[in-house]
Amino acid sequence: MPDMAGKTIAEKIFSAHSGVDAHAGDIVIANIDFAMSQDGTSALAIDAIANMGATGVFDPSKVAMVMDHSCPSPLEGVSAIHAKMREFGKRTGVRIYDWGCGVCHQLVPESGRITAGDLVVGCDSHTCTYGALNVFSTGVGSSDGAAAMVTGKLWFRVPETIKVVYTGKLPAGVYAKDMILALAARIGVDGATYKALEFHGDTIESLSVDARMTISNMAIEVGAKAGLMCCDQKTLDWFAAHDGGRVPAPVCPDQDAVYAQEIVIDVTQLTPRVAKPHAVGNGATIDEVAGTPIAQGYIGTCTNGRLEDFAIAAGILEGRHIAPGCRLVVAPASKDIFLAAMEAGYIQTFVKAGACVVTPGCGPCVGTHNGVPSNGENVISTANRNFKGRMGNSNAFIYLASPATVAASVLEGAIADPRKYLCEQ
Amino acid sequence: MGDTMTAKAFVFGDDINTDYIISGKYKFKSNDMVEMAHHAMEELDPNYFERVSPQGGFLVAGSNFGMGSSREQAPLVLIHSNTKAVLAKSFARIFYRNAINTGLPVVECDTSLIDEGDVLTVDLEAGLVHDETKGIDIPFPPLPPVMAKLLADGGLAPHIRKNGGFAL
Repeated sequence: MPDMAGKTIAEKIFSAHSGVDAHAGDIVIANIDFAMSQDGTSALAIDAIANMGATGVFDPSKVAMVMDHSCPSPLEGVSAIHAKMREFGKRTGVRIYDWGCGVCHQLVPESGRITAGDLVVGCDSHTCTYGALNVFSTGVGSSDGAAAMVTGKLWFRVPETIKVVYTGKLPAGVYAKDMILALAARIGVDGATYKALEFHGDTIESLSVDARMTISNMAIEVGAKAGLMCCDQKTLDWFAAHDGGRVPAPVCPDQDAVYAQEIVIDVTQLTPRVAKPHAVGNGATIDEVAGTPIAQGYIGTCTNGRLEDFAIAAGILEGRHIAPGCRLVVAPASKDIFLAAMEAGYIQTFVKAGACVVTPGCGPCVGTHNGVPSNGENVISTANRNFKGRMGNSNAFIYLASPATVAASVLEGAIADPRKYLCEQ
Repeated sequence: MGDTMTAKAFVFGDDINTDYIISGKYKFKSNDMVEMAHHAMEELDPNYFERVSPQGGFLVAGSNFGMGSSREQAPLVLIHSNTKAVLAKSFARIFYRNAINTGLPVVECDTSLIDEGDVLTVDLEAGLVHDETKGIDIPFPPLPPVMAKLLADGGLAPHIRKNGGFAL
C-alpha cells in the first residue's frame, strides 16, 4: 500500500509544499520558499519574466539575484548583464548582490532567508548545496527560475532517493571533498540522475556545516536533483548564527522510507582523492597521481571556499612558500568569509605563501577571468567540475581535490599527499 | 507538434556536458543566442554550426546528454544552430527540463544503431524515429503529459503567459 509506506525527506518536503500526499514518481506543483539566479543566468530569467507577461516577482523578499561568476566585470557583455540585473532590482525590489559579495550558494544561506524544510530553486546547478541544511534545493534553468519568481510555484517530478551512509572516523588528511569524490568514482557521473541523495551516518554527523556543504554541493556531479541531510544541533546553531527571522521546520525521513538504493561507505579506509581530467567520476587515489606536475592551484568556490577550508589550507601553507613556477589563486566564497579569514590571519598566510587573493565569488572556476590557465598546463583546484575547457582553456588539464591536497601540491609544484604536512604540524 | 521532422544525424558520444554544448567563456560574453550559436558544440566539433545550420539536423548522443550546468544557453544555442531535436539514450535532468522549457524537442531512445549522416524522420506524437538510411524503426515512449503540454505551448514562458500561471 503506497500510502502506508514511509517517506523520504524529498517526499515529505514535496508533500508539505504541494498539499498532496506526494510519493516518488508523482508530478506535483509545489510552493517555492526562495528563488535565485546568478549573473550567467539572470539575463535570460529577466527576459523570460517579461515573456511571461509579468512585471515583477511574487514576493521580492523571496527572490535574489547574485553577481558572482564574473566580478568585477572583465568584459563589456558582462557589464551589460550586470546593468540589466541592477535595473531589475530597482524596478522590482528584488535584492541584488553586487560585485564582491560572494558566491550565490554561500550568500543565500548566509542571508538567513532559507531554513530547514524549505523548497528552494536556483538558476545554477550547484543550488543543491543547501541540502546540507535540510533544504530541498535544486538547480533549474532560467525559464523554470523565472516561473518560480513570477508565480511562487514550480512543477516537479518527486524524485526517488538513494541513501548514502558514511560510517567511521575520517583519517587525518581526508576530508569531506574526498568523501564525495569517492562516491562519484563509485557510482559515476550519472549514478543518481533524476534522483535525490540522502546522506546519513556517523561520519556526516561528525562534520561541520561547512564540510557538509562541500558534500551536498557536488550531488549534481553524480546527476542528483538534491543532496539532502538531516537537521541536527549543528544545523540549528548555524541557522541561529545566520538569523533571518525564519523558523526551522526540520524534516527527517521515516524509519520505513523506501529508497531506490542504499550505499554504505566506510571512510576509515579512505585516502586523499583526486578527480583526474576531464570528468568528476575519473577518480584516483593520491598515490596514483602524486608527482604529476602542477602549474596552478585554486582554493575557493561554492565547494571549498569556506572558513574551515581556508583554515585547513592555511595550516599547510603557514611559514612556507609555493614552488617556483607554480601559481596559487584564492577566492573566498563570501565577503563575510573574507573578513573572518583576515581576522584569523589566513589571508596573510596565503599572500605570504605567494598566492593571489581575488574578489569573493566564483573566481577562475568558470573560465571567465581570474586565472585562465595556459595551453598544456595542469591545474589542481578545489572546485566541483574539471570538464575540458572549464577554466577557459580547452588545452589545460584540471584535477579536483581537497583544500589540503591543493595546498600541499602548490608547495611542491606537483600533486602531493597532504598527510606528510599534517604530521609536521 | 504533430508534424514529422526529417534531417540528418550528427552523432556524439556519452556524457556530453553543458560546457561542451556552449562553453562558459562564451556564455558570459553576450546574451545574443544567435551569435553564440556559432560556438555550439565547438569543443567536440568546431564546425558543428556550419555543418548543421544550413539544412538542420538531429543531434544524436549516448547516455547522460547535457550533464553539468543549469545554463539555458545550452538548448538555446542548439535551437539557433538549427538543431531540430536531440536524441539520446538518456538525459541529465536540468538540461531535459530546459530543452522542453525553451521548445527544443528531446527524444529518449536507443541511439546505438544510428550512424553519422543517417537520414532520420522523427514523429514526436507517434513516438517513432525512422532511420531511412538503414530502414529501421526506433520506438520511444511519448513525453510525459506535463512536458508535452509545455512543448505544445511553445515552451514554459508562452505557457505561463497564455494561462496566467501553471495550467498543467
